[in-house]
Amino acid sequence: MKNIITGRAFVYGNNIDTDQIYPGRYLELVDPEDIKKHCLEGVDEKFAKEVREGDIVVAGTNFGCGSSREHAAITLKTSGVSIVLAESFARIFYRNATNLALPLMICRDISKKVKTGDILEVHVKEGYVINKTSDVKIQGEKISDYILNIVESGGIKKLFKEKG
Amino acid sequence: MHAIEKILANKAGLDRVEAGQIVTCNIDFAEINDLYLQTVYSFWEMEGQKVFDKDKVAFVFDHYAPAPTINTAQIHKEMREFAKEQGLTHHFDINKGICHQVLPEAGLIYPGMIIVATDSHTTTHGAFGAFGTGIGATDMATVLISGKLWFRVPELINIEINGTPSKNAFAKDVILYILGKVKADGAVYKAIEFSGNYVEELGVSERMTICNMAVEMGAKTAYMKPNEGVINYVNSRTSKDYTIYETDNDYEYSEHLIFNIDGLEPQLAAPHSVDNNISIKDGIGTKIHQAFIGSCTGGRFEDIEAAWKILKGKKIHPNVRFVIIPASDEVQLSIIEKGYMRDLIKAGVTFSTPGCGPCLGTHAGIIADNEVCITSTNRNFPGRMGSSKASIYLASPATVAASALNGYITEPIV
Repeated sequence: MKNIITGRAFVYGNNIDTDQIYPGRYLELVDPEDIKKHCLEGVDEKFAKEVREGDIVVAGTNFGCGSSREHAAITLKTSGVSIVLAESFARIFYRNATNLALPLMICRDISKKVKTGDILEVHVKEGYVINKTSDVKIQGEKISDYILNIVESGGIKKLFKEKG
Repeated sequence: MHAIEKILANKAGLDRVEAGQIVTCNIDFAEINDLYLQTVYSFWEMEGQKVFDKDKVAFVFDHYAPAPTINTAQIHKEMREFAKEQGLTHHFDINKGICHQVLPEAGLIYPGMIIVATDSHTTTHGAFGAFGTGIGATDMATVLISGKLWFRVPELINIEINGTPSKNAFAKDVILYILGKVKADGAVYKAIEFSGNYVEELGVSERMTICNMAVEMGAKTAYMKPNEGVINYVNSRTSKDYTIYETDNDYEYSEHLIFNIDGLEPQLAAPHSVDNNISIKDGIGTKIHQAFIGSCTGGRFEDIEAAWKILKGKKIHPNVRFVIIPASDEVQLSIIEKGYMRDLIKAGVTFSTPGCGPCLGTHAGIIADNEVCITSTNRNFPGRMGSSKASIYLASPATVAASALNGYITEPIV
C-alpha cells in the first residue's frame, strides 16, 4: 500500500448499506471479475462502468452497514478502489475490507467537503486528506497499528500464511 | 467487568480485559451459511488442511434453500463436499432452516460461549447469554484453520426497557421503536445489553427478535442475562456444561438508555431505513401488494401463531400475496401439528420451505418495481427484497397479518 494515495472521488451519503454496495440478487456470483460488475449498483448504477483504478469512494456515516457479505469489500477492491473515506464504518465491513487489504479511513464531515470528481490526496499513515480540487485539508483518524499491519501485509491471507 | 468482558477474558485465557483492548479468543462454535463459499476458497488459499475441530464447525444452507439457480446449486455442492471431506459432525442442509434458529434448536447455543457465524444477525444469540457476532468469509477461514479470532473488546450500552406495551404491540414493535431513537449507527463498534423488567419477563422467541435487531444499530453483539425460560430451553436441548457470567456491580456502561414502553402502540420502520420509525397510526391505510412473515427475526412459532390468530376462518385481501416461511423444520412441524398451517393456507397464505427466502431478495417472493411489502423481517434497505424501486415496511407479525387481511397497513386487534 502506498502511503500517499491520489485519486478521483465518488461521493455518497449516510448509511450506504451492503445491499446498496452489492445487491443480494448477485450473491450467487463467486468470481471476483463478475462481482466487480455490480459495484455500488444499488446506489449508483453508473459507478461500475465509470470507476478507474485508484479511484476513491467517499461517504457519510455508517458505510457498509447491514449484512456481513464479503462481496461488498471484494467488489470495491476488485473495481480498483484505492481507499474508502467515510465519517464512520460498520464493523463487519471494516473487518472484511481490512482482511482484503482495502484501506479505510474515518474522516469527520468528509462527505460535505468533497464533491464527486474532486481529486484527493490521502496521507494514510498521517491520517489526513488534501482535496486538491478545492485546496482544503481534511483531518482524518490515523489507522491503528493493528489494522495497518494487516493492510500493509497485503491482507489477512498473506499475513496468516506467513505468521500463522 | 461486564459479563461479555468475562466471556472474552475467559476465552482469551486472561484474568481481565477492558474496552478497546484487542484479544484473541478461542471460538466455541463457527457456522457458515450458503452465501459464503468464499470461506472454503479462502481456507484453501491460506493452505488450510483440516478444520480446527470437526464438532465445532457447521454449514447451514438457508439463504438459498432449496437452490433456486444453477449457481446456487453449485455453491451447495461445493460446500457439501467440503463438509463431508472434513467429516463435520453437524450439517444443516436445505431441509433444516435458518442458522440462528436451527443452532439453538440443535442445542449448540448456550450461555457464556462465543459463536461466530458468517451472518450479521449472529447477535441473536445474546438472547441466550452467549457472545455472538457476525464475520466475513475470510475471517471465518482463519477461524476454521486456527479455532481463534481477534476481537476489540467493545464498550457496552445498557438499554433498559421497562413497562408493558399495549396488547397489540410485540417485541418487534419494541425494538423498532428503540431503533428509531438509537438510530442505525447508534451502537457501531459497541455491544448492547438489553435489561429492565420488560426483558426479564420475555420468552425465548421475543428475546431472540430483540437481540437479532441489535445489529441494525451497528452493534457488535447483544446480551441479555439468561432468565428461567432461557435456562429451561438450553437445558432441554444440551447436556453441555456452561457458565452464566454475572456483570460486576461496579461495572460502568459507556451509555445507559432507559425506555418506558408502557402502552406502546404497534410500530413500523418506513422505507428505506431501519431507523425510520413511525407509529402504526401514521402508516395506516398504505396500500400493500405483498405481506411476508419469516426470517431469523420473525419466522418463529409465536410469530406464525400471531398471524393465525388474526386470519383463522378469514380470507386475505384478493390483491395481496401473503408468503409465510417458517424459520426451521421444527417450527414448521409445530404449526402443522397445531393445525395453523392448514388454516392459514385456507386463508390464502403461500407457504415456502424453511430458509431466509425473500428477506434478502434471493428467491421465494421477490417484489417488483413500485410494489409495497410489509414484512416481519429485519431490513428495508432499497432493493433488499427485490426491486430497488419497491418499498418495504418492517412490522410485527401481527401487523403484517392484519394488513394482509385488509390490503393496506392495519393496526392488529389482538
